[in-house]
Amino acid sequence: MGTKATAFIAGAFEHPTRKADDKSLAQLHAEVAKGALEDAGLCKDDVDGYFCDTEAPGLGPLSMVDYLGLKVRYMDNTDTGGSAYLLHVAHAAQAIAQGKCNVALITLAGRPRAAGLTAEPVVDYSIPDMPFEQPYSPTVVNTYGMCAMRHMHEFGTTSEQLAWIKVAASHHAQHNPNAMLRKVVTVEEVLASPMISDPLHRLDCCVVSDGGGALVVVSPAVAKTLKRRSVGILGAGEAAKHQHGGHVDLSYSAAAWAGAQAFDQAGVRPADIQYASIYDSFTITVLMQLEDLGFCAKGQGGRFVADGGLISGVGKLAFNTDGGGLCNNHPGNRGGMTKVIEAVRQLRGEAHPAVQVKDCQLALASGMGGWMGSRHGSGVLILEGSN
Amino acid sequence: MSAARVFTSPVTNVENQPFWDGAAAGKLLIKHCGACGQAHFYPRALCPHCFSADTQWRESSGNGSLYSFSVMRRVPQPYAIAYITLDEGVTVMSNIVDVDFDTLAIGQRVKVSFRGSDGACTIPVFVPADGPA
Repeated sequence: MGTKATAFIAGAFEHPTRKADDKSLAQLHAEVAKGALEDAGLCKDDVDGYFCDTEAPGLGPLSMVDYLGLKVRYMDNTDTGGSAYLLHVAHAAQAIAQGKCNVALITLAGRPRAAGLTAEPVVDYSIPDMPFEQPYSPTVVNTYGMCAMRHMHEFGTTSEQLAWIKVAASHHAQHNPNAMLRKVVTVEEVLASPMISDPLHRLDCCVVSDGGGALVVVSPAVAKTLKRRSVGILGAGEAAKHQHGGHVDLSYSAAAWAGAQAFDQAGVRPADIQYASIYDSFTITVLMQLEDLGFCAKGQGGRFVADGGLISGVGKLAFNTDGGGLCNNHPGNRGGMTKVIEAVRQLRGEAHPAVQVKDCQLALASGMGGWMGSRHGSGVLILEGSN
Repeated sequence: MSAARVFTSPVTNVENQPFWDGAAAGKLLIKHCGACGQAHFYPRALCPHCFSADTQWRESSGNGSLYSFSVMRRVPQPYAIAYITLDEGVTVMSNIVDVDFDTLAIGQRVKVSFRGSDGACTIPVFVPADGPA
């Protein structure tokens, strides 16, 4: 491995379920943990670091460490919403570089469909912003809607351009037998779907699904002992953006800051990236990240994605070749885990042949958690294939 | 025209109570910092720009322009979430009420108005500047 990576993703697993009526939340965590460890060729007792979000059952990571029967010397339950798992990978790489652990397990699971839950948070007026916003009924979709309305106003972005993002995702999802929505759709079909919150139509929105995923991050020494092809972590960045004391600017996201950190650490440029997993809670989420990460200039995202710009083998940049959150899976309303998993598939050459990027050696994964229109957390990873 | 909306009253605390007392008296209060001279929103005890504790409540003119909005359509009673940039320079989240949603446009002038809620608090909202309060 002639790489400067100091940690590697050695195992990845996406749960095949999309509606988990027959499984508990803890059970889903265990099933994805088992899947990722088996993928890596490691066993449970090899794990000495554990990462989960704050929706994993129990106080921080404690109940899951107990349930999974782990003995760990490093724990982290950083939670920035759907981007948390990209931060977990970055933090695991840092812990490994410092000798704090050698085999880090990261799990995500959720069953909002089975439980009949929405993505909206529990109202807690001790959250300082809550009294000043909750009376106006902000939701996930209408706060992202405000970002899209502003983008259209400032840059002339159109609903047709946003629709192309969904069209590209559907072209990829047709090849994924586990995807919730496998039918290829057209721009016209996206625009004809019901308006949910201006200007976002139903087909501008991701799916709601149960399921989860897991990753195993290991030290270079451990990676050398494994038969499976591992993926080097070359660069990482994280950032939070908010209202800045009333100086709201919806024209860009925290990905502008997190991406710059990741590219700087990796020593590569956006033009070097062969495949990108881009968080796709909504079509506008993708468009703004593409600009903020530097794949195109600010305001040019609409032109970049139009006419199949994101379709693998057709466009300028292959994105979300599993169908993404828009078509495949958005387990627990948190899509960052599956973003990393599909990037790992691409770098191992194990994506579906119809969407596999040829000789894919350098990939990016970008996560966007929380509410891009009010306060959100971005996590960006730059990953490298290894021979 | 949008139907009258029933606002949920927030639970207040000692830090933000003056804001809600102001709203009950028909005033939109924002905070100004005596140290750095900047306004901020939502209001805090310590200035989020410079961390000074020298923050004072001031009444906003209540006039501003629509920075962005989104009309939630797929609910029994559609409503418009919005950001309004007040003439004092801070941008606040609110609803635009008593308006034909299809006439809303980014940049249009709006003014504060006040509505009751299902609880103790009076809720600041915004209406078109050229219409009734």
